[in-house]
Amino acid sequence: MNTTNTEATLEPSFKLKGSRVTITILELYEYDYATFNDQLAETVRSAPDFFQQTPVILSLERCKDTGFIDFIELGELCREYGLVPVAIRGGSEDQLLSANVAGLPHLPINAAKPPEAPEPKKEPETVAAKNLVVTTPVRSGQQVYAKGGDLIIIAPVSAGAEVLADGNIHVYGPLRGRALAGVSGDKSARIFCQSLEAELISIAGSYKVNEDLQKDHWKKSTQASLTGDQLIVSAFK
Amino acid sequence: MSEIIVITSGKGGVGKTTTSAALGTGLAQKGHKTVIIDFDVGLRNLDLIMGCERRVVYDFVNVINGEANLNQALIKDKRTDNLFILPASQTRDKDALTQEGVQRVLEELKKDFEYIICDSPAGIEKGAFMAMYFADRAIIVTNPEVSSVRDSDRILGLLQSKTFRAESGLPPIEEHLLLTRYNPERVDLGEMLSVEDVEDILAIKLLGVIPESESVLKASNQGAPVILDTISSAGQAYDDAVRRLLGEEVEQRFIEKAKQGIFKRMFGGR
Repeated sequence: MNTTNTEATLEPSFKLKGSRVTITILELYEYDYATFNDQLAETVRSAPDFFQQTPVILSLERCKDTGFIDFIELGELCREYGLVPVAIRGGSEDQLLSANVAGLPHLPINAAKPPEAPEPKKEPETVAAKNLVVTTPVRSGQQVYAKGGDLIIIAPVSAGAEVLADGNIHVYGPLRGRALAGVSGDKSARIFCQSLEAELISIAGSYKVNEDLQKDHWKKSTQASLTGDQLIVSAFK
Repeated sequence: MSEIIVITSGKGGVGKTTTSAALGTGLAQKGHKTVIIDFDVGLRNLDLIMGCERRVVYDFVNVINGEANLNQALIKDKRTDNLFILPASQTRDKDALTQEGVQRVLEELKKDFEYIICDSPAGIEKGAFMAMYFADRAIIVTNPEVSSVRDSDRILGLLQSKTFRAESGLPPIEEHLLLTRYNPERVDLGEMLSVEDVEDILAIKLLGVIPESESVLKASNQGAPVILDTISSAGQAYDDAVRRLLGEEVEQRFIEKAKQGIFKRMFGGR
């Protein structure tokens, strides 16, 4: 009876294979519990479907801190938001050690960069612009609101229509209705239009009505901005 | 292929029913089987303008409610072949128009007619919505004055958002501007908006300009669509509009002030 022989005749219970998988990299620039927590919460809130037990590699190549990072704490925080750190990449000696303690293996930098692999999707960085582009006339009685961004209208805005934006408003056509920019309080918002014929324009609550507007730059290509609390309308040369 | 055309304006009294009667008659004269539906339930007028008020037995609401079938309610026009009228009910109100009912009647008419003209009531209430909801094309009747233009603008906004085509993501309703009661002399005097002013504000293509004309009132009172009055400028203008509607290139007329006759020029009379 030879045990070695018996084992050799058994079917193998596993096989090791090389494979290439696309995985999200969490590139850490610096680590501070509170800031990291806040930003992670914000990121997850904007794309909740993306973070469902998603494995990530913590990249420390661009990390400004070279000192000790508590990877046990960081790992718990990540898992709380649906991210599962599986390894670290790069990092200093100290960081390697603490990662080791947290049970995170270390990937060498070049091995982690396969030459032809497509760039993994960096979801948090490609935030969709919240600007709104309107290509048909905004008619009397209609209201268009660009929440959280700019409103760009490539058509006339009729008298009796109302266009609003948290950011700037651009009207490539006559502006005959009401335009309210910076409605959530952004005082740096501006209103641009090809022909100023508005009933009212307002930036962050400061406004001018038709009567005041008719005095200057009427039917001219203009912009309006705030200087202090004063709404200034100026024509383009 | 049949097409549903709504004649609408927002404002009352601008000439929607006159236009519905004239364009419907014009389309039928050119050999297209046409029906005009009066959506102004409770304020039935189309039958008067078409001169068939004494022949109304059943109406649109009766058909919607299943109290009569379409053939019983449709009135064949006596003057023009291929033309039928579906009158409104005078004793009911706009709530009698249900979306399902209107759709069913329109579907049935589509089997038989090339053009279905929906004469919309004024306002932006239920009757007007029902008239525009299933339309493929819209003719916006506008008078050259600011309140009418403002109301037309409002209607255009609703056509783009509150119709079957808009709600189901189909190509948008094709919009045409018909400027009625136009008087070039008064435009020159600055009493009336010009064609350019109205086109600039509404930004839709111009189907035609119908000049202010005594023949329109006369035609209404006689119960004969003004397009049948081929001598009148309004009748001719409507005929031009029908041809444009059918895709013909017809030059715009009646926009300029009429040229003074030789005697007037010689003697300087007014």
